[in-house]
Amino acid sequence: MQGVNWVALSIFAVLFAFISWLGFAAARWRRGDLNLLHEWGLGGRRFGTMITWFLVGGDLYTAYTFIAVPALAFGAGALAFFAVPYTIVIYPILFLVFPRLWYVCHKHGYITAGDFVKGRFGNRWLALAITVTGIVATMPYIALQLVGIQVVIGALGISGTGFMADLPLLIAFAVLAAFTYSSGLRAPASIAVVKDILIYITAFAAVIVIPAQLGGFGKIFAAVPAQNVVLAVPGANTTGAYSAYATLALGSALALFLYPHSLTAILSASSGRAIRRNAAMLPGYTFMLGLLALIGFFAIAANVGKLPEYAAGFKQFGNNFAVPALLLHSFPSWFVGVAFAAIGIGALVPAAIMSIAAANLYTRNIHREFINKNPTDKQESQIAKWVSLIVKVGALAFILFVPTTYAIQLQLLGGIWIIQTLPSVMLGAYTRWFNAWALLIGWAAGTVAGTAMAVAAQLKPTYPLAFAGHTFPGYSAFYTLVLNLLLAVLLTPLFNAVGARRGVVDETLASDYHA
Amino acid sequence: MNDAQDKRRGWSWWYLLFIVQYVAVLWPPFYNSIDPTWMGIPFFYWYQMLWVLISAAFTALVYFATRA
Repeated sequence: MQGVNWVALSIFAVLFAFISWLGFAAARWRRGDLNLLHEWGLGGRRFGTMITWFLVGGDLYTAYTFIAVPALAFGAGALAFFAVPYTIVIYPILFLVFPRLWYVCHKHGYITAGDFVKGRFGNRWLALAITVTGIVATMPYIALQLVGIQVVIGALGISGTGFMADLPLLIAFAVLAAFTYSSGLRAPASIAVVKDILIYITAFAAVIVIPAQLGGFGKIFAAVPAQNVVLAVPGANTTGAYSAYATLALGSALALFLYPHSLTAILSASSGRAIRRNAAMLPGYTFMLGLLALIGFFAIAANVGKLPEYAAGFKQFGNNFAVPALLLHSFPSWFVGVAFAAIGIGALVPAAIMSIAAANLYTRNIHREFINKNPTDKQESQIAKWVSLIVKVGALAFILFVPTTYAIQLQLLGGIWIIQTLPSVMLGAYTRWFNAWALLIGWAAGTVAGTAMAVAAQLKPTYPLAFAGHTFPGYSAFYTLVLNLLLAVLLTPLFNAVGARRGVVDETLASDYHA
Repeated sequence: MNDAQDKRRGWSWWYLLFIVQYVAVLWPPFYNSIDPTWMGIPFFYWYQMLWVLISAAFTALVYFATRA
């Protein structure tokens, strides 16, 4: 790899120092008693429409997204653009379902999906399944954020052997852990504002400047291999790339808001109305993500994959190096520093929220449910702070000692697992009809079948489902969700008939679900 | 609150706009082509980017229509 880029590194370091200060100072922002779990872990539910916009945007559109989506476009072409329909169809779901969840969670003091499911269905085992799924799906996601930081640190030209090679990541990580511990959700909320402004600047600069350098979009798309410009037209007896594209978009959309970190960000809003407004405003990020996906094509046209100065980076990080290489190739060093800081900080925001969300889940739905049933408020928030540290150390160890591909594959499996909580959480926001045991069996079957499908497909997201002489390649998460729902619907009357529902109380009322 | 009021809160015809955007972006045969290009960008890409804007407008419309 080429030498250290000092100008870019300095800008990067200054911006990083600034957000570190901001993260600690955030403890005093909209001040609350951080010894209460809902203050530490949900920012006191005080964030209005704008802060929620930055927080949810910073949470869902992560550094890894900004690296991986263009990398997929760089390598596989049109398929990568599924991220756009994906992040279009999430917003009606946000608009319809999540204000209901917000109201009921606010009314009953629920902080996690596990809290809600326990209250709604009165079954601690179902709540435990939801909780464990949430924590397990989140862990590799945090690890991937650290991969995002690793890629930009490598691209700044910092390399070394052994401990020195990992030192910058360790520093970034220590800062992240410290301000999350001390400020809770207020830290990522304040940093998200800075991060998003930097990301928007980078994205728009890239989309305006680079096509001009490369001679316009016509030339850029001419450089993309012809078979990658649009989806392959399916052959006979298969729905081919079409069903893969559509189910990836829809399945990913259904899964996204089930992730604990999404729910944490949503529940921290100050009202259900703030969530509805955000459903109309958050597509701003989708538009930017679409622009960033195009950057993968810019990288093809700029031929960065073939330039000798970036060969070492591509060798180390694969296609994930496409965006950093293109930025280095196209912009002056000072702007590279800004762009890389945007990506690096972009990793810290979701990583902080994810660790807080996992900590909330452990504290509320495992510790309080199974270990210490009556913690004081202070004990409860203290446990959550410690767990947020443990979760991050776990993610860091994962990145340092396990090959990156495992984190990527586990994150794929995480999507398949988390979607299995949809019937309990999202449908639970509308109806109490389901029997908790039927939901639990549906969840288990979906989880096992989804894992099996992913393994059978060599850990690719899509599985070629064969049915009646036709093949329907599609997202495993989507297919197994259908199985899960079928089982939940069929088994509910069965369990009710044998009296499995006796004595179970729904502590929520229909009127708790709206203003 | 009585049931009729509760039902009215639960459903609005405006929500059909959401179905329109789902169909528009989840049916690739609608847009899987290079032509017509716009500023050199294949149809596949600018069509979906355009739907980002349309879907945001739809959601805003539904928000204001159901705000009552």
